[in-house]
Amino acid sequence: MIISKKVQEMQPSGIRAFFDLVLGMKDVISLGVGEPDFVTPWSIREAGIYSLEKGFTSYTSNKGLYKLRLGISRYLKNRYGLNYCPDEEILITVGVSEAVDLALRSLINPGDKILIPVPSYVSYGPVTELAGGVPIYIDTKEDKFRLTPAKLKKYLEKKPKAIILNYPNNPTGVCYTKKELNEINKILLKHNIFCITDEVYSDLSYDFEHTPFATLARAKENTLFLSGFSKSYAMTGWRVGFACGPKEIIAAMTKIHQYTIMCVAITSQMAAYEALITGRKPVEEMKREYKRRRELIVSGLNNLGLDCIKPEGAFYVFPCVKKTGMKSLEFAQMLLKEEKVAVVPGTAFGANYADYIRISYASSYENLKEALSRIDKFLKRKR
Amino acid sequence: MDEILEILEKDCRTSVEDIAKMLKKKPESVKQAIKKYEKEGVILKYKAVINKQLIKETDSEVRALIEVNIIPQKDVGFDRIAERIYSFPEVTSCYLISGTYDLLLIVEGKDLHTVARFVAEKLAPLEHIRGTATHFLLKKYKEDGVILKHREENKRIAISY
Repeated sequence: MIISKKVQEMQPSGIRAFFDLVLGMKDVISLGVGEPDFVTPWSIREAGIYSLEKGFTSYTSNKGLYKLRLGISRYLKNRYGLNYCPDEEILITVGVSEAVDLALRSLINPGDKILIPVPSYVSYGPVTELAGGVPIYIDTKEDKFRLTPAKLKKYLEKKPKAIILNYPNNPTGVCYTKKELNEINKILLKHNIFCITDEVYSDLSYDFEHTPFATLARAKENTLFLSGFSKSYAMTGWRVGFACGPKEIIAAMTKIHQYTIMCVAITSQMAAYEALITGRKPVEEMKREYKRRRELIVSGLNNLGLDCIKPEGAFYVFPCVKKTGMKSLEFAQMLLKEEKVAVVPGTAFGANYADYIRISYASSYENLKEALSRIDKFLKRKR
Repeated sequence: MDEILEILEKDCRTSVEDIAKMLKKKPESVKQAIKKYEKEGVILKYKAVINKQLIKETDSEVRALIEVNIIPQKDVGFDRIAERIYSFPEVTSCYLISGTYDLLLIVEGKDLHTVARFVAEKLAPLEHIRGTATHFLLKKYKEDGVILKHREENKRIAISY
């Protein structure tokens, strides 16, 4: 076998076949999409076009355009009071996905343990393993998908090196209050556990202000703050993220990044810079829209008897389908075949989540309402 | 702006029940708010945005932007003459503007001729009007925030993490 053992051992996604099925079908209402349904605001797209017209087609510095790093630095300072030096403490990455990979490869020695609260975004576990680490999954089901200090303490004896915190969370929509984060931070500092935070949905926190982990007391030196432009500015396809953290970690990540990626596409960096200049008006508009959709979908699902915890951020709901007597993959397959509504089975986000599905409400009102009525029909038939 | 208005401005067919759900309000209070807006004239009308360029029928219409220069009157300024002008049904919009001209009108008629006649016979002879400039619209690209093109297909892949 020519394929490396490590890759062979990677868990293939159990729902790949389901994904293929969805992609092969027509006229599907998709609530399975992990990206905004808005297109990138025009001024940002225009900046990308303009940069091409002006002939900006070269490499940039490995760390990314200086003006973009400076812009991010200023933005974080103004918005959160966070100070990151654009020279040494910020790296522009190909989305947060690359940043997660770089972070884990920079930190992990063979066998190092990484805590991952589940359900979680799909990449954390496999990428940890690829980097030679051992993912330790913390099941948060019984705490309404929240990582509690008590739960975290149970995992200290495993001597983890780092934890990956993602909030607002994909797939659950959970956000943490400053108070909750302070508790977690204290434990991490006391036990010398490094914190990698994926805060790519930070602009989509509906019920309270988002608190970046790095703003907590003494947390900044112990935190790698990852975020990006994808979700806030509806820029998923541009692939621009950033990592901010202690300079030695950024330097280590830059080492890998310079050999594997070189730099993020310059057009994308130019557009991202424009996003910072455009300001928050389009972001706030999109946020209000998502918030309204959230109310619509949550009340709709609860009315159908699909219990879900009200998400505080991102654009996902993670309802339980246990009552239907179906497991999530079966539920998703039948719903797709019979009613042409696509959702993502919960098992994509953690082995223990066969009773859950992820529904994305990054979709128009009409689509959401139509989907709810189709799910209603579906459930009535199955009863 | 009140979010109720924001929702209705985007889609005035959104039902009271849905608005109530979206904003976590009681349907009754949404209904009352809308009634109040209607009464106060905040909400003036509910209408569809129609792309007339796609209508195949022959009775097409032309539109012109007309700039009007006015001699303002004592005490009432431009208002009285503006009223005389906007009362014509042919005038679909009427704005007071800064710059070289005073009023900007949008005038509709079934053909070029009709609009020209309206300007020559109705508008220009009015007392206090110093001059007009008529610009016929050739093509509409965007109107009231709506781009007049076929709806584009969803470009997102149907499923992703």
